[in-house]
Amino acid sequence: MATSEYVDDPNQRPPVIGGEEEGGAGPRRRDFLNIAAVSFAGVGAAAVVVPLVNQMNPSADVLALASIEVDVSKIAEGSGIKVAWRKQPVFVRRLTAKEVADANKVPVSELRDPETLAQRTKPGKENWLITMAVCTHLGCVPLGVTPSENRGEFGGYFCPCHGSQYDTAGRIRKGPAPKNLAVPEYSFKSNTVVQIG
Amino acid sequence: MSFPWAENYEPKNPVMKWLDAKLPLPRLVFNAVGAGYPVPRNLNYFWNFGVLAGLALTIQIVTGIVLAMHYASNADMAFASVEGIMRDVNAGWLLRYMHMNGASMFFIVVYIHIFRGLYYGSYKAPREMVWLLGVVIFLLMMATAFMGYVLPWGQMSFWGAQVITGFFSAIPIIGDPIHTWLLGGFAPDNAALNRFFSLHYLLPFVIAGVIVLHIWALHIPGSGNPTGVDVKGPQDTVPFHPYYTAKDGFGVGVFLIIFALLTFYSPNMLGHPDNYIQANPLSTPAHIVPEWYFWPFYAILRAFTVNWLWIPAKLWGVIAMFSAILLLLFLPWLDNSPVRSANYRPAYRIAFFVLVADCLLLGLCGVKPPEGAWVLIGQLAAAYYFAHFLIIVPIIAAVEKTLPLPNSISESVLHGEAEEAAPYGTAPGAAH
Repeated sequence: MATSEYVDDPNQRPPVIGGEEEGGAGPRRRDFLNIAAVSFAGVGAAAVVVPLVNQMNPSADVLALASIEVDVSKIAEGSGIKVAWRKQPVFVRRLTAKEVADANKVPVSELRDPETLAQRTKPGKENWLITMAVCTHLGCVPLGVTPSENRGEFGGYFCPCHGSQYDTAGRIRKGPAPKNLAVPEYSFKSNTVVQIG
Repeated sequence: MSFPWAENYEPKNPVMKWLDAKLPLPRLVFNAVGAGYPVPRNLNYFWNFGVLAGLALTIQIVTGIVLAMHYASNADMAFASVEGIMRDVNAGWLLRYMHMNGASMFFIVVYIHIFRGLYYGSYKAPREMVWLLGVVIFLLMMATAFMGYVLPWGQMSFWGAQVITGFFSAIPIIGDPIHTWLLGGFAPDNAALNRFFSLHYLLPFVIAGVIVLHIWALHIPGSGNPTGVDVKGPQDTVPFHPYYTAKDGFGVGVFLIIFALLTFYSPNMLGHPDNYIQANPLSTPAHIVPEWYFWPFYAILRAFTVNWLWIPAKLWGVIAMFSAILLLLFLPWLDNSPVRSANYRPAYRIAFFVLVADCLLLGLCGVKPPEGAWVLIGQLAAAYYFAHFLIIVPIIAAVEKTLPLPNSISESVLHGEAEEAAPYGTAPGAAH
């Protein structure tokens, strides 16, 4: 390159050999290479983020605990038990005929989270109410799984943290919680054994 | 610091102007690794390795923080938790293999960085402080790597901890109490594992801090260069950005390719199968060696086999091993030659390559079982290592006839064509 062609403005770079002619407005070969190189580095950096984020998801040993079997033969009518599933408590409650009738009496359209008891139980097993024992407000364990505990105004569950009240179908009726107690995936293996998860 | 012709930081957009007035962090970055840092225009690829070392540390810190989320620093659980990382944690195998091989990559680039400094006289005035801080970083790296190796609580972890902490029991009289105090017991166990984990997490951040000082000290005289000739004017330098960011970018690409090959295709090549056996305090593996980056020092440790001058061999070995590193702290004053680059020092250049060969030989002695000829070879190689720094280098500095240096960096690059010596945008000869 001829040295007599130097420019006075130090910010101005000389034209690139093999690029557009001097002063041309089109993209230069060097601009293309620059954008391509930086973009490729960006794609690489983004690919590295995937394992760094994914490692915080539940690991295989945590997911392996995802299914349990519960013997429900010892549960008396009107009472229930709490079992641990995925490190969270689950209510298994055997409703009385009156509790089932109470739940079916409520007009679904008046509920905050409209669901019928039948939708929340298995066909032919409407007296077995199996729900997460996790209040949908902020995650406390409600009271009321046994008759001796406070079951609230609706005879279902009462959350002592912020006063949410659930009915005998585990549906939210009063208080700050937004949703009914969640129903986990479960099935009856026999008349006395329930598999949760 | 900067040369008077360094580009000045002038924020254009109002947000950057406001930020510059309140917290001139972008200005600091601009002047440190941006267009505001003029760098000799003749740096070769050996000058990539500082940036690569910084990248290696970053990889270790990022993967390490993530591994610590899944690791249990308890003697009963550590081994199983590492296996859990390998099998159960999402991408855990990848993150652990990156951390394992990242340590080796860190040492590879740091060793090249150190030998670059030895060849081009980077330790000489006015950059002695850069060198001293570098030795401190190297010592911190060795401590961090050793403690990290203990954490998986395999057989090599356990016996490595036993051997390395055993160094301290060589100290006369107070050695055994210090050894017990360091371990929090009489052999490595839960207490030692926990404190190693705590320090293994802390030290990388200390290293990062010393690196800031290392770069700060470097930027006072500015970077050296392969000729060792001082920068004389603007025609000798180019701005760090975009010239060396681009050149370092290429080096980063090569580094990552080699790192990926190691991590994906032979992740255990540099490790020991014994470390996949859980620690057993009642059984030492038949052949116990440290990680490859400690082999030369391990060879020096084992070079002393007889008591000498009323000092037991064990203590001599420990003293020699630590001296091998601490000796580097005195190098700027052992080498009095005014010429920096070995390119212009024919005798030193030979001595340098002999030292490289000697260090490789020491590494080989470190990995071989201490039997037969390897003992004598190790002893001779260790003796030469010390002789290089204490005898050969000072003598060469005193008697060597050095080659004529180029008048300036730009002249060395352009072979004296003064017309072309001016960088783009400046008048030729303007700075003369």
